[in-house]
Amino acid sequence: MNILKQLEEEAIYIIREVAGQFNQPALLFSGGKDSIVLLHLCAKAFYPGKIPFPLLHIDTGHNFQETLNHRDYLVEKYNARLIIGLVQDSIDQGKVQEETGKFSSRNGLQTTTLLDTIEELKLDACIGGARRDEEKARAKERIFSVRDDFGQWNEKLQRPELFDILNGRIHTGENVRAFPISNWTELDVWEYIKQENLELPNIYFAHKREIYPREGQWMPRCEFHNIPEDVIQEKTVRFRTVGDMSCTAAVVSNASTVEEIIHEIKASAFSERGARMDDKRSEGAMEERKKVGYF
Amino acid sequence: MELLRIVTAGSVDDGKSTLIGRLLYETKSLKDDQLEHIVEKSKSKGIDYIDFSLATDGLLTEREQGITIDISNIFFKTNQRRFIIADAPGHVEYTRNMVTGASNADTAIILIDARKGVLEQTQRHYNITQLLGINHLIFVINKMDLIDYNHEKFKGIKEDILQLTQKNENTLHLLPVSALKGDNITIQSKNTPWYNGPALLELIENIDLVPSNQQENILQVQWVIRPQLKSHHDYRGFAGKVNSGCFRVGDEITVFPSGLNSKIKQIDRYGKAVTLLYEGENGTLILEDDIDLSRGSSIIGTTAEEETQPSKQINATICWMQNQPLNTQSKYFLQQGTQQLQTKVTTIEGSPASFKLNDIGNISLRLSEPILSTPFKQNKNIGRFILIDPQTNNTAAVGFIR
Repeated sequence: MNILKQLEEEAIYIIREVAGQFNQPALLFSGGKDSIVLLHLCAKAFYPGKIPFPLLHIDTGHNFQETLNHRDYLVEKYNARLIIGLVQDSIDQGKVQEETGKFSSRNGLQTTTLLDTIEELKLDACIGGARRDEEKARAKERIFSVRDDFGQWNEKLQRPELFDILNGRIHTGENVRAFPISNWTELDVWEYIKQENLELPNIYFAHKREIYPREGQWMPRCEFHNIPEDVIQEKTVRFRTVGDMSCTAAVVSNASTVEEIIHEIKASAFSERGARMDDKRSEGAMEERKKVGYF
Repeated sequence: MELLRIVTAGSVDDGKSTLIGRLLYETKSLKDDQLEHIVEKSKSKGIDYIDFSLATDGLLTEREQGITIDISNIFFKTNQRRFIIADAPGHVEYTRNMVTGASNADTAIILIDARKGVLEQTQRHYNITQLLGINHLIFVINKMDLIDYNHEKFKGIKEDILQLTQKNENTLHLLPVSALKGDNITIQSKNTPWYNGPALLELIENIDLVPSNQQENILQVQWVIRPQLKSHHDYRGFAGKVNSGCFRVGDEITVFPSGLNSKIKQIDRYGKAVTLLYEGENGTLILEDDIDLSRGSSIIGTTAEEETQPSKQINATICWMQNQPLNTQSKYFLQQGTQQLQTKVTTIEGSPASFKLNDIGNISLRLSEPILSTPFKQNKNIGRFILIDPQTNNTAAVGFIR
């Protein structure tokens, strides 16, 4: 069995386990490439039936419009049901406060909205597109990762996980984050996108955009940060990873097809999350966010 | 390209993380930003070499204490193969994490500190690899630089390992290494002229992958697909992964545990009809007859019928993995693949008298419903299970049917 097929079989097995073991699962769907791959895998897992759970998007309000449009397009194409949790609502309710400062971001705030939505919908499992090759704390995560009723990840008390036997038993109020593409690499995701001919938001491909330099990265101009006109330049760029506009850096690139992107990644000397300012805040930025419920 | 899954084991401070970091570095698997980060961190810790363990120890507490607590799953590849290395912790109290990492591995690398030789932990990890039926063992004698690459001392450790494993030299791999200095990691070292074997990388690139040749044809049902759409009005497909063997359209089958018989009418793979489904593949089986079948039931090819004995009483070897000891008064859940049922331990054979964290021993279990009781030695994919503690919902033990 070639590796891509092995990974697909593993992912679909995990997705069916989630459907089989939980009462109220959902697929976390951002419209980014990893969640698009997941959506496709879910559709395959239950074909010709419908996906037996809804998609959930925690919208920070800082998303790229292109991603949101594509998200809605795919929801219709796959005949899925989408639930949206708005970070703006959490702000309006006074549960979280907007960050201030020059490079404020809403990345940390979305955890509150996610946990509230999980509680409100009584979700007992959320399928996410995290991969172990992305980041060191991610490399430690189980396929079924149990969160307590505060949504917290306790890294020292992870359950043993043996063979392909997935233990999804939890107490009321707890929930599980399930990661079907844990063992995929960035390149696997792209090879799979090519093989399955999946459609992506156009910001993954080379396009002209206004950008400005920040800490050695190119940040997209966006309405959330006040950037002096004289540092803004127009360049042909693409996004290698897609998060919020306020914390995702662009890479200068001419890659305009999936093949060209695969070629570019193979030659790249930098890791994917190198372009995520949210990971650069501190040594354990991802781990700290995971502990409080980030996916 | 093939995928080899490796687990690393060893005692505390044997240098597992350093070994993997070194392997990543020498195979150019670390990206520039990652390497830069490690170099910077090493400098700020005030050490004069690059601390490669920083490439894998991911948790803040791990970095703080300089130890590995939980498994890191590390990916890398060469022109020959792809690898997933489960970097497992050395501390006795985290042995369950080593079992987790080892359960999906084809190959185990057991590290030994050349200064300390074979330890109790070496024995424990070796026992686990044997319990899990891992095909290949590589003993890496690390920190050879600290014993001046002394051949005599290496030979002494080798003797101890042969005695521990009761194995022939030809079925084990033993190599002298310094992960810190990079001896025998990707190229043969000049510091060990007396060692003629391959470097570690060459070894893992060429180790044989053992293909499974299970005789039993078994598919455990994960999910019943009933679209209830106009286009697929009568569609009723039993989706699951082939646990062992294979299935063909037209095969006679028996359903376990109901014992009902039918025939395979159609096999779907994600909407495409296929005629054959192999071990490890997911598929959706549609049967000739409308019989009752739900998640956790198994579809068994008739060739396996006689060999697969359903039973409500099983004997097993278990490894206990939670802090709370085994309580023979209480019930546990037993999960075998996708099937979950209640169970009680009826007898404990010999020692230990009770099971505490990390204990391995033999027990008998009484089950609320029958399961497929093929021994693990006969069929690795069927003869294994976990026990779940209903109080904690924790995975309390892993078991192997005898």
